[in-house]
Amino acid sequence: MRKLALIAATVMLLTAGCGGASAGDDSTLTEMDYYNTDPLLTALPQLLDTCGKQAGVTIKRQVVPDLRTKVLQLVGSHDVPDLVLLDNPDLQQIAATGALSELGLATDGLYPNVVEAGRYQGKLYGVAPGVNALALYYNTKLFAAAGVAPPKTWDDLKAAAARLTTGNQHGIGFAVPATEEGSFQFEAFFLSAGGSLSSLDSPQSVAALQLLTDLVGSGSAPKDVLTWTQANLEEQFANGALAMMVNGPWQLPQLAKAGMTDFAIAPIPVPAGGTPSSALGGEVWAAGNGPRSAKATEVVKCLTAKDNSLSWSKLTNYVPSNEQAAHQLAETDPRFRSFVDEIADAKGRTATLGVNYPKYSQALWTAVQSALAGRATPAAALEAAQKQATGQ
Amino acid sequence: MRAAQDGATVAGEWQRQPAAAGGRPGRWAVGRLGWERGDRPARGSGVRRRWNSVARIGFVLPVILYLALFFLYPLVSNLVLSFQDFGIQSVYSGRAPFNGVDNYLRLLRDPVFGTAVVNTVVFVVGSLVFQFTIGLGLAVFFNRAFPLSGLLRSLLLIPWLLPLVVTGTVFRWILDTSNGVLNHVLLSLHLVDAPVPWLNSVSTAMIGVLLCNVWIGIPFNMVILYGGLRSIPVDVHEAAALDGATGLARFRHITMPLLRPVVAVVLTLGLIYTIKVFDVIWVMTKGGPANSTQTVTTYGYQLSFGGLSQFGLGAAASNLLIVVALVFAVFYLRSTRSEVVAR
Repeated sequence: MRKLALIAATVMLLTAGCGGASAGDDSTLTEMDYYNTDPLLTALPQLLDTCGKQAGVTIKRQVVPDLRTKVLQLVGSHDVPDLVLLDNPDLQQIAATGALSELGLATDGLYPNVVEAGRYQGKLYGVAPGVNALALYYNTKLFAAAGVAPPKTWDDLKAAAARLTTGNQHGIGFAVPATEEGSFQFEAFFLSAGGSLSSLDSPQSVAALQLLTDLVGSGSAPKDVLTWTQANLEEQFANGALAMMVNGPWQLPQLAKAGMTDFAIAPIPVPAGGTPSSALGGEVWAAGNGPRSAKATEVVKCLTAKDNSLSWSKLTNYVPSNEQAAHQLAETDPRFRSFVDEIADAKGRTATLGVNYPKYSQALWTAVQSALAGRATPAAALEAAQKQATGQ
Repeated sequence: MRAAQDGATVAGEWQRQPAAAGGRPGRWAVGRLGWERGDRPARGSGVRRRWNSVARIGFVLPVILYLALFFLYPLVSNLVLSFQDFGIQSVYSGRAPFNGVDNYLRLLRDPVFGTAVVNTVVFVVGSLVFQFTIGLGLAVFFNRAFPLSGLLRSLLLIPWLLPLVVTGTVFRWILDTSNGVLNHVLLSLHLVDAPVPWLNSVSTAMIGVLLCNVWIGIPFNMVILYGGLRSIPVDVHEAAALDGATGLARFRHITMPLLRPVVAVVLTLGLIYTIKVFDVIWVMTKGGPANSTQTVTTYGYQLSFGGLSQFGLGAAASNLLIVVALVFAVFYLRSTRSEVVAR
């Protein structure tokens, strides 16, 4: 008998768990995001609560680490969450399924390229509360000891990295694993050189890959860059094993936690005549096309309004998507200066390629790895990548 | 029989039961469950007999339903999916145009898939060879009784008990080029002049993931082979020893032939298990650098879920893998059946 009761309880639990995503009436919205660590883990529900109250709804939050796959699965069963915080390069693909609701929102005051990153076929499907870019973190103590100035050009970078490589310490670290993260990091050099994502094998692109290959080849950057993630870079930089790293502003709280204070942030070094740039990072709020999409849009409007955009950016250490708010931040916190300067010129990854971006990105990170692992020259690797991306 | 106490010859035990119950080994003994009349004297009234057959079907039905729902349905839908051009735009509607064997042809023409196939073969063969030889060596070692052997044997099971993600992560740290403990040891022993870029070079990355997978696989091989060794009667060894056979000769002419059925089981199960390994590679290298550890499993996953959303292609890749595994599964079933017959 007890066994039966146990089975019944388990079944009830299971069904309750399954029904979680779609449960509720018109006054309850479902929400999904991938922020499973603090401060966002606890701060995001408060933000959702505030905006939910304004729209007269309660918001049920669910944290899903592998969000893209989960959302695709829910798209297949016509059970998309009302609100979802998607990584911006995924937005177009999810929008292409037809499961998202077009957002009838005004986007005045936001960076034009940030708004563009939320569009699919000219229509607005996602709005970013905050954005990020990559810049060059450098260890001020090590730089002062070696008498090196923060590098502005690629030649400076090579010289500084070589100078700061001794024993167990490497001059520079970047993260180019076989994932989107690898493409994102390479794109900072690639875009600063004036490369365009639609032609992966342009001379600018080859030059950018040659730079990274030289850095790894000379030992100024560790070979581990092929498996390290951006989080690994932060650990290595914090314990002094890296004199420089390419990373985003979201690492600031981690560095503070590790007690790392001797650092400053410079724009990504550029080739002669280039402008520091980066691929546009960060997430966008999108609304599912369910019956509650109007309410969801209202909540998105609230979440991306200037004040909330600012508090979101403070929590995530992102740059506010609102141009004015971003400039205010750069003035009050000098660490954000380089990031803010890059945002206006940062490129949305899906801006020109649209839903085809993942194909180009996979070809690109494979090419970067081929060159850095010495399997092919930068030119040959990128030529193969272009073929792979445009073929099939 | 010492084997029965050990309980380690799982496969052997499992096969022996139907044989003892009188059923035909290796086949579904459907007749026993009421469809084949007349192989058993009629008992009681007709109503009771019908009730009996209903009850018998009732016992089989849950299994059939379970298999149909959780094995047959996904298999069939994966097969159908592999003949469709199922991209991102098909996810919502669930409708996708059929494109015949196009997905399979595209895979065969895809150079990355070719690399993945070669890597899978290297990974499987490399894993099996080392897991098996080391596992056999340990099994032979533990077959001699010595103090603490029981404790040591259970300690050797630990790799088997750890979640694969944990193992993969730890090995990633161990094999880190700049800070890994393995390079640290090799350098301080002056075995190498410069750090070995284990997971960061196209020529050594496969060795890196193999190291991890072999470590995980040794306990499985050891346990099953140890059970097989224990089930070889001692008197055969004693008789051979009396005839003057040396230890090596006894191993070659008695142990190996009598162990052959267990060896076949270990190798086929190991192969089926290794061919579908995903977690270890995904955690350690994500198929990199530059596809040098990309296997059919990781590539199939990448095609479907890695951003490309080419679900038809991904399904085709995994179907090819299923076919290979199936061939070896049949081989396994045949080898265990001949084992029962041999007994």
